[in-house]
Amino acid sequence: MWISILPELGHYALILALCFALVQSSLPLWGTYRRQAFWMAFAQPMALGQFFFLSVSLLLLSLSFLLDDFSVAYIANNSNSALPWYYKISAVWGSHEGSLLLWLWILAAWTAAVGIFSRALPRDLLAQVLAVMGWIAVGFGLFVLLTSNPFARLLPDAPLEGGDLNPLLQDIGLILHPPMLYMGYVGFSVAFAFAIAALLNGRLDAAWARWSRPWTSAAWAFLTIGIALGSWWAYYELGWGGWWFWDPVENASLMPWLVGTALMHSLAVTEKRGVFKSWTVLLAIFAFSLSLLGTFLVRSGVLTSVHAFASDPERGYFILVFLALVVGGSLFLYALKAPAVKSHVSYSLLSKEMLLLVNNILLVVICVTVLLGTIYPLILDALGLGKISVGPPYFNALFVPLTSLLCIALGIGPLVNWRTMARKQLVQRIWLAGAVALGLGMALPWVYGGEWNLYVALGGLLAVWLVGTQVRDLLHKTRHAKQGRLQALKGLGLSYWGMQLGHLGVALCVVGVTLVSNYSAEKDVRMEVGQSIQVGDYFFRFEGIRQVQGPNYTSDQGVLLRVSEDNQVISTLLPEKRLYLARRQVMTEAAIEWGLMEDIYVAMGEPLPDGAWAIRIHYKPFVRWLWIGGLVMALGGLLAVADKRYRQANPVQA
Amino acid sequence: MKPQRKQRLIWIGALVIAVAFAAGLTLYALRANINLFYTPTQIAAGEAPLDREIRAGGMVVDGSVKRADDRLYVEFAVTDYQENVVISYDKILPDLFREGQGIVAIGRLNEEGKLVASQVLAKHDENYMPPEVADALAAAEQAKQAATANP
Amino acid sequence: MKRLLLFLPLAIFILMGAFFLRGLELDPSARESALIGQPLPDFRLPTLENPQRYISKADLQGQVVLLNVWGSWCPSCYQEHPSLLKAAHEYQIPVIGLNYKDEEAAAKVYLQKQGNPYAFNLVEREGERKLAFDLGVYGAPETFIVDAQGVVRYHLAGVLTDAILQQEILPKVRQWQN
Repeated sequence: MWISILPELGHYALILALCFALVQSSLPLWGTYRRQAFWMAFAQPMALGQFFFLSVSLLLLSLSFLLDDFSVAYIANNSNSALPWYYKISAVWGSHEGSLLLWLWILAAWTAAVGIFSRALPRDLLAQVLAVMGWIAVGFGLFVLLTSNPFARLLPDAPLEGGDLNPLLQDIGLILHPPMLYMGYVGFSVAFAFAIAALLNGRLDAAWARWSRPWTSAAWAFLTIGIALGSWWAYYELGWGGWWFWDPVENASLMPWLVGTALMHSLAVTEKRGVFKSWTVLLAIFAFSLSLLGTFLVRSGVLTSVHAFASDPERGYFILVFLALVVGGSLFLYALKAPAVKSHVSYSLLSKEMLLLVNNILLVVICVTVLLGTIYPLILDALGLGKISVGPPYFNALFVPLTSLLCIALGIGPLVNWRTMARKQLVQRIWLAGAVALGLGMALPWVYGGEWNLYVALGGLLAVWLVGTQVRDLLHKTRHAKQGRLQALKGLGLSYWGMQLGHLGVALCVVGVTLVSNYSAEKDVRMEVGQSIQVGDYFFRFEGIRQVQGPNYTSDQGVLLRVSEDNQVISTLLPEKRLYLARRQVMTEAAIEWGLMEDIYVAMGEPLPDGAWAIRIHYKPFVRWLWIGGLVMALGGLLAVADKRYRQANPVQA
Repeated sequence: MKPQRKQRLIWIGALVIAVAFAAGLTLYALRANINLFYTPTQIAAGEAPLDREIRAGGMVVDGSVKRADDRLYVEFAVTDYQENVVISYDKILPDLFREGQGIVAIGRLNEEGKLVASQVLAKHDENYMPPEVADALAAAEQAKQAATANP
Repeated sequence: MKRLLLFLPLAIFILMGAFFLRGLELDPSARESALIGQPLPDFRLPTLENPQRYISKADLQGQVVLLNVWGSWCPSCYQEHPSLLKAAHEYQIPVIGLNYKDEEAAAKVYLQKQGNPYAFNLVEREGERKLAFDLGVYGAPETFIVDAQGVVRYHLAGVLTDAILQQEILPKVRQWQN
């Protein structure tokens, strides 16, 4: 009996959570206004209560999925009794309604975490931060309840079987990708809340930056993992072998990442040197606004995308209004209260401040170009100037030169002193790395490809430059070590190692992007049984097709042998063409023989007359380095969070 | 110069250079890399350019898909129910490519008015209609109605 | 002056917001069907229930019918099925099914499990002239009202809900029945 009312209980818990959020967003603010601790004290318990009830709600939805309750519309549309249990769980966030519930739950989790870990904060600041997060929770809670209720029933005539989860999403990548991505998106709400609270009470100081830093780094790390996972998933699941498509949905995740990266660095300057305050606040507002904007673009249907959610104009209007309130409101507050007074700290043209400023400007410029490319079709359409699409060449044409500049600055940044530095001293520190990078970079295309290639040389140069300057910095930091360099390395502090790892991750990505973009080989071929073919330096033989039965699909599995030149079998590749039964949807499952240096990627096209098949074979060198680089970056972010100086009970006021 | 003022000048200078650089590059890249959408009616009327990549789309005409016997070459027609355009393609068609489905192709028109596609897009959703195709169909229908109203 | 500069981000955002608003209004999925007021295209198709029995346009004329495009593969069809049952059984509107891109066995199981609101179901086999194509159907579910003279009077792309049934379809059907 109780099983049949689980969705109602979940719905009820969701409403209760919204009530908690309402209290959390109002009473503590009243308390800070009246300076009464009693009202401020509501913030933490309300945050925890909200988190508890949203957890209940999410849990009950998951249970209903596991129990195949197809009387719930969302479950009927996104699950099926033949679906394996782990996909039933991930189906909870497989579509619009449930993914918003996950969004909300993660927001509550971040809020609760702020409530728990920020005991050392001044009480009024904490009350304000939690209240701001409460507003966001109220907005999204209303959005879920009013336009996207995942618990809505299909009564009285409930279907006996569900329509199944979109086969594209039946995959380990999708189990992990959205939660990580949302952890990042939503995590920026903490930095946002800190910024708004600081604007409200006019306390934009080093302490504020110090409190924001670990939260920003954590959110950034999760977003990095989320983007890397998304790229990896698209690579093996979409069957095109691409790892980045400049699709609006991808851009929507890249933009907050770019601004978030800028924010992390700008916060460092604000904490250490007390400058860039208004700029940092603006970045904090932008990082979260772009996360919201991404949500809007993906869910409203204003842009076409390969993987947009089912669009609904009503939802679009709701998010647009919410966006206007949050972003418009906070930018208005910013315009009124941001400190227009110059800070009295000086720095010269050659200083860490300056380099970080260059970093910030470049990142923001890259973000703006991505934003422009993403919404340009929308703007032209709105002005009646025709329907256009902006293709990858646009993004590549801008992204490559701008990121190259960024990488050059990135190498210098860590080696420059705060405040000022003599030019001669800097040259002394970087010339060797620069010379080695130039030499190795020039050599790389000859060694790897056998002929000159400007982009490969550039990529090689940048990667070596990044690693070289990092090594130089390590040597520099340990130059005075009395007890040996190794010992000194241990004493360098987690946040320093976090920075080093983050930058190393960039170098790894540069290597991956450069080599996979320039040395990939791809062939779409018609293959008959027994036929052999050569792609790059590899030979393949097609052995034919066999039928395979999955839990909720049937599959034509191709058997493709990779053979040596004298026809010895080296490995077997088994790409599939699956027919998912409930939706009668055809899916391509690529077969990938992966390695650290190269991937061999085979996907089946369509059957052709006479038993032949269309088969796509890719050779992808160093493609793994992209995602490994992303993970290394994220690991760097998490290391920085773990630094113990953020956990001192009473941070020293700088 | 006072350090304060010098600092501000550096700020502004850096910003102006970066913005100018980015703006120039962006405009150039946008001009070179946007693909305009043309409906089959527009293509039949000769409105689409021959010398650059365009996007074209419509519903795949039933029975129009013709394959080569010995290689991966395929030709098919798309329609907005007014005019047809023949599209040729020599790569793997997307999973959801079917007759009667709305698709968008990116490619160049050749002299015979055939679109040589470099990419054919169909979304992973049965309910999907590329919005350009939806608009093209609506526009063609309006033109038809206008024509019957004013003979 | 400096303060004014701080309003710049807000101004840019407002401008962007205006474009987004316009973008929402341009949503092509909200378009009206071009078929309304046009005669239903001619067709001759067998039925799911009896493959030997062919139905053509003339067989539909003389009554106002709901033409519903569906498939057992289509999740939203499950969702709208109760409303269709209601239309057929409670309001006595003849509902004709057009089984779209489906397998006949799966379609029969669907009707057995979900209940059958349809007077009969048209099926489109390979090589036959396709009604769905002529109607410009690109997905399922879609629902049309066809009047007694065989003219399309209403088109809905997407899920038929009880609210739409009662507020839009029922009044229209009654209007064309008289």
